[in-house]
Amino acid sequence: MPFSLPREELMEPGHTACHGCGATLAMRYLLKGLGEKTVVSVPASCWAVIPGAMPYRSLDVPMIYTPFASTGASITGIRESLDLQGKEDYSVVGFAGDGGTADIGLQSLSGAMERGHNVFYIMYDNEAYMNTGVQRSGSTPFGATTTTTPLGKRRNFKKQEKKMVADLMIAQGVPYVATATIAYPEDLIRKVRNAKETEGPKFIQILTPCPTGWYFSPDETVEMSRLAVKTRIFPLYEYRNGMFKLTRPSEQLQVWEYLRKQNRFRHLNSTETSMIQEAVERRWSELLSRENRPR
Amino acid sequence: MKSMAQTKALVTGNEAAAIGVKLSDVRFISAYPITPQTTIVEKLAEMVANEELDARYVEVESEHSAMTAVFSSELTGVRSYTATSSHGLLYMHEMLHWTAGMRLPIVVSVVNRAIGPPWNIWADQTDSMNQKDTGWLQVYCESNQEVLDTIIMGYRIAEDRSVKLPLMSMEDAFILSHTSEPVTVPDISQVRDFLPEFDLDFTVDFKNPMGYGSYSTPDGPFMELKKDMADSMNKARAVIEKTYRDFSESFGRDYAGLTDNYMMEDAEFALVATGTLASTAKHVVNLLRNEGKKVGLVRVKFFRPFPSEEIVSSLKGLKGAGVIDRSLAFSDGGSLYSEVSASLYRKADVPLTGFVAGLGGRDVRVEEFRKMYEMVEEGSEGIRWINTKGGE
Repeated sequence: MPFSLPREELMEPGHTACHGCGATLAMRYLLKGLGEKTVVSVPASCWAVIPGAMPYRSLDVPMIYTPFASTGASITGIRESLDLQGKEDYSVVGFAGDGGTADIGLQSLSGAMERGHNVFYIMYDNEAYMNTGVQRSGSTPFGATTTTTPLGKRRNFKKQEKKMVADLMIAQGVPYVATATIAYPEDLIRKVRNAKETEGPKFIQILTPCPTGWYFSPDETVEMSRLAVKTRIFPLYEYRNGMFKLTRPSEQLQVWEYLRKQNRFRHLNSTETSMIQEAVERRWSELLSRENRPR
Repeated sequence: MKSMAQTKALVTGNEAAAIGVKLSDVRFISAYPITPQTTIVEKLAEMVANEELDARYVEVESEHSAMTAVFSSELTGVRSYTATSSHGLLYMHEMLHWTAGMRLPIVVSVVNRAIGPPWNIWADQTDSMNQKDTGWLQVYCESNQEVLDTIIMGYRIAEDRSVKLPLMSMEDAFILSHTSEPVTVPDISQVRDFLPEFDLDFTVDFKNPMGYGSYSTPDGPFMELKKDMADSMNKARAVIEKTYRDFSESFGRDYAGLTDNYMMEDAEFALVATGTLASTAKHVVNLLRNEGKKVGLVRVKFFRPFPSEEIVSSLKGLKGAGVIDRSLAFSDGGSLYSEVSASLYRKADVPLTGFVAGLGGRDVRVEEFRKMYEMVEEGSEGIRWINTKGGE
């Protein structure tokens, strides 16, 4: 059954993102899924820079810029304001990076989701503070070096597990939660549309590989996204009205096939790689059991 | 007479603020609770619940979010309001700059409360004096009537095309916020005639999508936009005066201007104060006048824009003036003293005494005002701490 992507383009060419930026594809597909009746609120992040300096823009929908910790509250105010003006059919989207979501924006995100506004919160996850030059975030995975977790003499790579915000959102009772990534645009757009059909708050975490901060070649962004799914490092799931569905990859690869292609992981030895493989297996079986368990 | 339609009510400062919001046709309110602001937002929530006010009320999870929510709702096209105090106002600080920079004419009530540590919930203006550089207009109210009227006039001033800057209206904790006074409540139809409908010419427009607040390079319009804010702050002076005149015509209540002078015509000495300290000061001026002392009071109502010209023309030629701060800036006393001194520089050579008084709600009684006057009369210059244990 063929699923073609919508032809409508609401993101224009001529932006200032790095070559091979995964976050630009995430925005492009998101807007294909939502259409022109959309307003986007963006905090400090790569996407505050990508559209270019004023007066330039790269989106054909209104885009509101806010300070770092603001996204959840900003979409709250926009939603209420539009509803008061009879514009209930417009989609209100917060589009924030992993630092702006997992770290400084978590309180505001959690507040907005708890209040139940009919809003989208899209976390584009490039797994570090990329706009400021690749600093560690709560969403940086175990094993990665960043500019604030430099390897040094002490093998100072990130020693903590990735904070998985989508999992937190399920635990909080958000009615629609999904993970997606840019190598699978049909899946991503389908999830955006499913989210749109779900009343109330929706949260989608999109893995957006970053050649600049993960240190791989800019022509391999989509490949990196695909490998993240096939190695089950970043499992794709959809949680909708209490039903949890996990996507089985078409083939299962070992994590080293993903890790070895990114210089942020190049220092990992076989023990550390095995630890990551084991963590992936544990999380996968936990997610599988969630699928079988009605909530 | 239009003013016949007005009714009398016995209300606290916080109730007066809520009534002002209701009359100003505010459609979106977002807030986070903090003592002593709470009774404003409780009253508003009650008005919305009882369908007395056709608005949405959203309690958010922090003051940073409250300011962000009203920023976003107003940018999307709806007149918005929030209220806070003390640490809540400090937590909003980043968004205060952002809101002013985006030229959104939001009105905020600030119940002036001390900043810890130690924890202290009583009157102190350090919280809002801390925000003097954020691009907001600032009004320090003296009575519950002024609290109510300032909300209505505040929206008109802030939304004026030549201003388009947000405005914060201050009331001293408990002294106004929780104390009842008789207040004249304007009729809503009168307010409709006085306050134009909310109309922002740069709201989010789906037919003409734009970026709202994108970045500027050093050669971009950054500096020009900041200069335009500074120009608008100056233009606000004329708008404030015109609004006061029109308000007086419509409602029969006179508000002098950026400052409020009391017994200054033939004065040789003056006290300069803000908020409710000015009320006690007026009483003391009466007492001293009865004793033959030629003293008056300059109440600084607007701290932004700062009434420099009014200060110079009021104080010029005096034998001495005492500036009373209910706030601390760790520069040289409080901010009022610094700005009054700066205004006088090369324009009037008046001996100044700076007083730090009433911090954290410490009482400032008649005898303290007398003492301050005596120090001014003696020509004691510099900064004096009033009614502190362990000396001035």
